[in-house]
Amino acid sequence: MLSRHSSRTAQRLLRAAAKPSQRLNLARGFASVQDENPSTIQSDLFKPTKYGGKYTVTLIPGDGIGAEVAESVKTVFKADNVPITWEQVDVTGLEEGKTTGRTEDAFNDAVASLRRNKLGLKGILHTPISRSGHQSFNVAMRQELDIYASISLIKNIPGLQTRHKDIDLCIIRENTEGEYSGLEHQSVPGVVESLKIITRAKSERIAKFAFSFALANHRKKVTCIHKANIMKLADGLFRGTFNRLAQDYPQLECNDMIVDNASMQCVSRPQQFDVMVMPNLYGGILSNIAAALVGGPGVVPGCNMGRDVAVFEPGCRHVGLDIQGKDQANPTALLLSGAMLLRHLGLDDHANRISNAIYDVIGQGKIRTRDMGGDATNHQFTRAILDSMEKAL
Amino acid sequence: MFALRSIAAPAQRQCMRAAPRATVPFSLQIQRQYSQERVAKFNGKKDSNGNYPVSLIEGDGIGPEIAVAVKDIFAAAKTPITWEPINVDPILKNGKTAIPDAAIESIKRNKIALKGPLATPIGKGHVSLNLTLRRTFNLFANLRPCRSVAGYKTPYDNVDTVLIRENTEGEYSGIEHVVVDGVVQSIKLITRDASERVLRFAFQHAQAIGRKKVRAVHKATIMKMSDGLFLNVANEIAKEFPDIEFDAELLDNTCLKMTTDPLPYNDKVLVMPNLYGDILSDMCAGLIGGLGLTPSGNIGDECSIFEAVHGSAPDIAGKGLANPTALLLSSMMMLRHMSLNEYADKIEKAAFATLAEGKALTGDLGGKASTQEFTKAIIDKL
Repeated sequence: MLSRHSSRTAQRLLRAAAKPSQRLNLARGFASVQDENPSTIQSDLFKPTKYGGKYTVTLIPGDGIGAEVAESVKTVFKADNVPITWEQVDVTGLEEGKTTGRTEDAFNDAVASLRRNKLGLKGILHTPISRSGHQSFNVAMRQELDIYASISLIKNIPGLQTRHKDIDLCIIRENTEGEYSGLEHQSVPGVVESLKIITRAKSERIAKFAFSFALANHRKKVTCIHKANIMKLADGLFRGTFNRLAQDYPQLECNDMIVDNASMQCVSRPQQFDVMVMPNLYGGILSNIAAALVGGPGVVPGCNMGRDVAVFEPGCRHVGLDIQGKDQANPTALLLSGAMLLRHLGLDDHANRISNAIYDVIGQGKIRTRDMGGDATNHQFTRAILDSMEKAL
Repeated sequence: MFALRSIAAPAQRQCMRAAPRATVPFSLQIQRQYSQERVAKFNGKKDSNGNYPVSLIEGDGIGPEIAVAVKDIFAAAKTPITWEPINVDPILKNGKTAIPDAAIESIKRNKIALKGPLATPIGKGHVSLNLTLRRTFNLFANLRPCRSVAGYKTPYDNVDTVLIRENTEGEYSGIEHVVVDGVVQSIKLITRDASERVLRFAFQHAQAIGRKKVRAVHKATIMKMSDGLFLNVANEIAKEFPDIEFDAELLDNTCLKMTTDPLPYNDKVLVMPNLYGDILSDMCAGLIGGLGLTPSGNIGDECSIFEAVHGSAPDIAGKGLANPTALLLSSMMMLRHMSLNEYADKIEKAAFATLAEGKALTGDLGGKASTQEFTKAIIDKL
């Protein structure tokens, strides 16, 4: 989504202008799993209808810093006259919300809204430990809408110095089964079993998605992450399915790696990875490790793709309760996720303007939020992005 | 700004780090105070020469070379240890992989063993030897400290983490089945007993090495019952150790924070279920430069096995190029477990000084020295 993508997008726009029917949309390209030929993507499922020239998008700000960064996104999008109407649903996973008795309703509203609009931009919802018998709203939403693939884009932002350089990888994570199945029971007091479910159908689906994503985004290599040496059946099925399908994609380099080795390689030589695909829990672990390599959860965009709903949310899921209300949050992750949403809709001009402005501000290094080593507030940072967009006009 | 901060931070930390080190003799007293209920206490007996016998599994590939290096260094330091080499080449017993009875007897008698890398044969139905050893001797905790080596530069400086992993259950329980074709269930098993044992060990280890904080890593937001149980037990055990500060952290946060800046973890002991521990301990090894520099100890109630966790490197076996650091560091952990701290300190000082000097480094650390030259450099420092 960074410069490489921008220049590619520009080229693509030029090409598109010449041949309108051949127009390839990046986000749509990876959304439709079956299609290998981008020119047939016109028939894909992701085609939200426009009403009055505007798209309606569900906005779930989420807990913690969600409200603050969502405000930034709304401001920036408005300044760029993006043809989007927000349908905001305030869901919360916090305990305080429960006393009003509205959380379940709000959650159902959010799911209904996403079903209707097929598109959403979402912050992260808090999951309390104590609430027994209640699933995380984040997980419930993904399972309810069958949003099966989560994508985190991990790339160094030019000018933002971190310990590692030249990282450009992408983590694709199965979102609906595995360790997050929510099936647990206590056989006798003091003995708990938690089920991890791996199915061939879902492993196939996520593997195909990863291969299609790699092709649509001109990536070269797909790595399957697993622990099949210990979980011979469960992860063995995942790995076996991946390897079987990999034979259909001879143009891609495919390999697999054990998850503990992968996390070690991630902190020592992250440059070797390109696209990584893995079951649910490993995705959570590796997306956090990888996000830390490029500057933390504040700068990593992501999205969740389902059969007919796409929800864009920060790629490294942290609620940020500790800095809530302090105006210190970094809106970059949600803004870039928003830019991905715009590309998904084919609004590449808007997406490029916004993301270029973000990179411009971060690259100059004068105004940065705390997590990026600066001392600017969220408001100041957002203001700087607006200024940069104005200058570029 | 960022760069400035990262330079300033290690300096601060180093001042802080000096403090816990200084309290080591003090913490030994505390250890004695709890000795009645100490988990996994070493009960080995001295032989007629006043030495402790230790079973030695040299391992495959580079194993014998690095074992010789450790033996030489131990002899030079006059460590009161007699090595008892044993063979663990797997045999088939009733169709199952097993280790020879003589080896089991030796380890059971000596209560302690040092192990080089073993090549796990690839093929179906062959349980890895490491797993076999772990099961045979019920080694419930895996202790993995990672400390930056001064002579080897990585993007992370002054790392000094200690991680304890539950070793017998969790995701690696080995209980799996195919429900119908294409649907597999794998069971993560968490029990109160096993959690209690490893958590108590974590707190006692924190006291033994003079750390004031223990942190449990979990994912109880999603796995409310299984990780929830682990967390509840942790809170209960924490009450038995009022002098140790206890807190819990979500796995996601630990991954993120450790990779961003591992220094805040230098004063803590981390304890966690099996899978998380497996992944995070290797990640920590990555921070300091790989498995060639990290020791590991498998602690059990009766016996404990200390090992090098790296591979057997058949490509350089027999050429005298191997780096014995991991096995040497593991052997020092072993000495400390046997309460032979003075010898451990002495050897550790010499080893780290040699590494920091950088004159006699092996090929994997960017030097040109052979295993022998590296060993000799350490012996000269003793």
